[in-house]
Amino acid sequence: METVGITSYGAYIPYYRLSRAEIARAWGGAPLPGERSVASYDEDSLTMATAAAIDCTTGIDRSSIDRLYFSSTSAPYKEKQTAAMIAAAIGLSSDTLTMDFSNSLRCGTDSILAAADAVSSGAAASVLVCTADIRIGYPNSQEEMTLGDGAAAIMLGNTGILATIEGYHSHFDEFLDVWRSDRDLFVHSWEDRFRFTEGYTRVVVQAVSAALKKYDMTAQDFSRIVFNSIPARQLGSVGNQLSFDPKKQLQDTLFNEVGNAGSASAMMSLVAALEEAKEGDRILVANYGDGCDVLILRVTGQMDRGKSWRGIKGYLAEKQILPNYQKYLRWRNLIQLQHAARPNNPRPSSPALWRDRKGLALIGARCKRCATVQYPAQRVCVSCGTKDDFEDYSFANRLGKIYTYSHDNLAMHPNPPAITAAVDFPEGGRIMCDVTDCDPREVEAGVAVEMTFRRLDYIGDFYNYWWKCRPVRF
Amino acid sequence: MESIKNRVAIVGMGCTKFGENWDKSTKDMIVEAAYEAFQDAGVSAKDIQAAWLGTVWSGDTGQTLAEPLKLRYIPISRVENQCATASDALRNASFAVASGVYDVVLVLGVEKLKDSGWSGLPSAKLDSDNTYRERTSTAPGNFALMATRYFANYGLSVEEGKRVLAQIAVKNHHNGTLSPKAHFQREVTLEQVLHAAIVAWPLGLFDCCGVSDGAAAAIITRADIAKDFRCDPIYIKALQLSVGPREGFISQSYDFTHVEETLRAGKAAYAEAGIKNPHEISTAEVHDCFTITELTIYEDLGWSPRGQAKQDVELGTYALNGELPVNTDGGLKCFGHPVAASGLRMLYEEYKQLQGKAGPRQVKNPKLALTHSMGGPPGAAVVSVVIVGNEL
Repeated sequence: METVGITSYGAYIPYYRLSRAEIARAWGGAPLPGERSVASYDEDSLTMATAAAIDCTTGIDRSSIDRLYFSSTSAPYKEKQTAAMIAAAIGLSSDTLTMDFSNSLRCGTDSILAAADAVSSGAAASVLVCTADIRIGYPNSQEEMTLGDGAAAIMLGNTGILATIEGYHSHFDEFLDVWRSDRDLFVHSWEDRFRFTEGYTRVVVQAVSAALKKYDMTAQDFSRIVFNSIPARQLGSVGNQLSFDPKKQLQDTLFNEVGNAGSASAMMSLVAALEEAKEGDRILVANYGDGCDVLILRVTGQMDRGKSWRGIKGYLAEKQILPNYQKYLRWRNLIQLQHAARPNNPRPSSPALWRDRKGLALIGARCKRCATVQYPAQRVCVSCGTKDDFEDYSFANRLGKIYTYSHDNLAMHPNPPAITAAVDFPEGGRIMCDVTDCDPREVEAGVAVEMTFRRLDYIGDFYNYWWKCRPVRF
Repeated sequence: MESIKNRVAIVGMGCTKFGENWDKSTKDMIVEAAYEAFQDAGVSAKDIQAAWLGTVWSGDTGQTLAEPLKLRYIPISRVENQCATASDALRNASFAVASGVYDVVLVLGVEKLKDSGWSGLPSAKLDSDNTYRERTSTAPGNFALMATRYFANYGLSVEEGKRVLAQIAVKNHHNGTLSPKAHFQREVTLEQVLHAAIVAWPLGLFDCCGVSDGAAAAIITRADIAKDFRCDPIYIKALQLSVGPREGFISQSYDFTHVEETLRAGKAAYAEAGIKNPHEISTAEVHDCFTITELTIYEDLGWSPRGQAKQDVELGTYALNGELPVNTDGGLKCFGHPVAASGLRMLYEEYKQLQGKAGPRQVKNPKLALTHSMGGPPGAAVVSVVIVGNEL
């Protein structure tokens, strides 16, 4: 049995936040405090998980990754693997084992447990787990206020461990408290009292108590307890029954800044806990959903990957408040809008998308004769005219500068104006792309940008993904 | 390589009214433009030995021309090169005549854009090989990329930059009022232009040409028999086309403040016509799809020094009563831009100018005139430059 632990971690929080007061203004009623994160019109669970995976693997050689697991209750497809697309976008080799975990709010820790099994059995040396959710509550519902969008990524391995997995325990519980069927767009829930007392509190207390007993530990052995994001009163009640001190031990659930990020919730809080933890700290994770997974971790080291690694702390700071509630409705396609007087693009061609699989990872080419870098990869060099003498050159992790730009009001766009730019890379090459997560006033020639993987369109009954740039804010 | 100079002549031209021609189909406009050209040349359909049809969105094979005109079983090629289509059709027709294979040929450009119901062009498709992994693209957005960079490069504040562009719009609108076939025939003030709604920043409504329907046609013959048709034929001095490899989108060498294809087509056209000084051109019709395009054309065609076109705009150099009147008929902005007809509409104006038939728009004693058309966006363009004159 190999030792297994967490070897890296990262997160992603969407740039845009909607204040709960603004939601209450739209519908009337009392606002809850704080903000909830709102995935942009060009984001989904796949793109957010990709961003978290990129954050987690900053400064790491990705060729060392054996497996990629994706966990979510809101994957973009019911039949088409998300993990495969993420692996393709971040340039993993084709012999990587990719898996999707879904359908439960505890699928994040389920995928962690599966990864831990793979590593401890020796089947894999390094597994990257990404969890993301973008769940939608009915307009004018409690969920609309409390849910939030986000992602986390955790790498498990047998060397360079930052936190060992000392133990785990899991209960399943067949229970109808929160659900979404295959006919539904919106999350449903039974009334709160039953949900939280008979559901959450009962199950979590049982599972955690059993785990503590199994490993002969007490509440006092832990510096941090990580729960899913649920109302503070419920957390307090659970904490009391398990003898935790809510003030000293409870990890912030990110309710005020993000909201309940579904299957990503406990994972994001775990990343935040790891960011703050000291060597020797013990962390307990109790991830509720169709039962409860309990993880016991012991921190053995700190992580430092430089400025561009953001984690929860970094992404909390990169934020913009949405100007109004209507944008949220529009971005989640919850209202019908008149089609702009502009033609749609035709649907992309599947053979063409497959031929351009390097383009999906933003890999261009460097001419071996004259060293000119170009994207997309060419057959004939734009500079010296040499044919078919290139090597791969990745643009995805490089920073660029906006050379010129336009703010287009004519284009059909969910967040007008459409901002497009010529992005020049200091090490060479130019890519024409859209600028996202950006106010027009922030754009000037010379502004530094980073590349981000986004969803362009839904045409021909499928999603088209590619890259855009966003201003550097770290 | 040889030159086309003085080998072919234009002996008849026609042009429909450009605009929202709701009551005219593509076929109707083809008939009108062609028959005006036939009458002007003193020929009829059965005299046409071969034809070249230019259209981007309004037809496909040569049948689009043969059917309404009842051209019977002659060779007809359909040409497409975005907004340079009409001039490219003229090129092809002219080479055929210069080769000696044909004596009398018809060239016609036509576009029917207003049937679509769209705002703007039917597509501003970039070439992403059917993946559509690309940026958002509209024509105004694509050209706004030049405006933001031009201002930044040459130290123009937004106000200064927009003001220069606005003067070009005002000039073209004024010329449009003197142009009975133009789509727009009204003056605009500088203030109106400056305060117009932004289409693609910094370009406002009056910085952008609209979409129009229209057709224009020419009858081409050999220079040595041109006077059999009329006493005042117009001779072609240069026919140039520059097609870029779209490198502006993938190479940092492109600066977005000029159009390389215009620069090269212009130089080649002057050389072909034996013109040493670009100011020998008496008057010109250029591709003012956007005001920024016209501004940079002044520099690319060698009339204003690089980065200094602003001075000439303010001096009125390019106004109707200036040293080098540009877009005397209102240009794309006011005459209209039915994409595949524009190059021939430009030629129609220069043809009339060189014959002294431009009425209130008449330029004094023109000798050499130039037309310039640009297809595609800056960074990936197709540019035609044609030079014509009224003397051999």
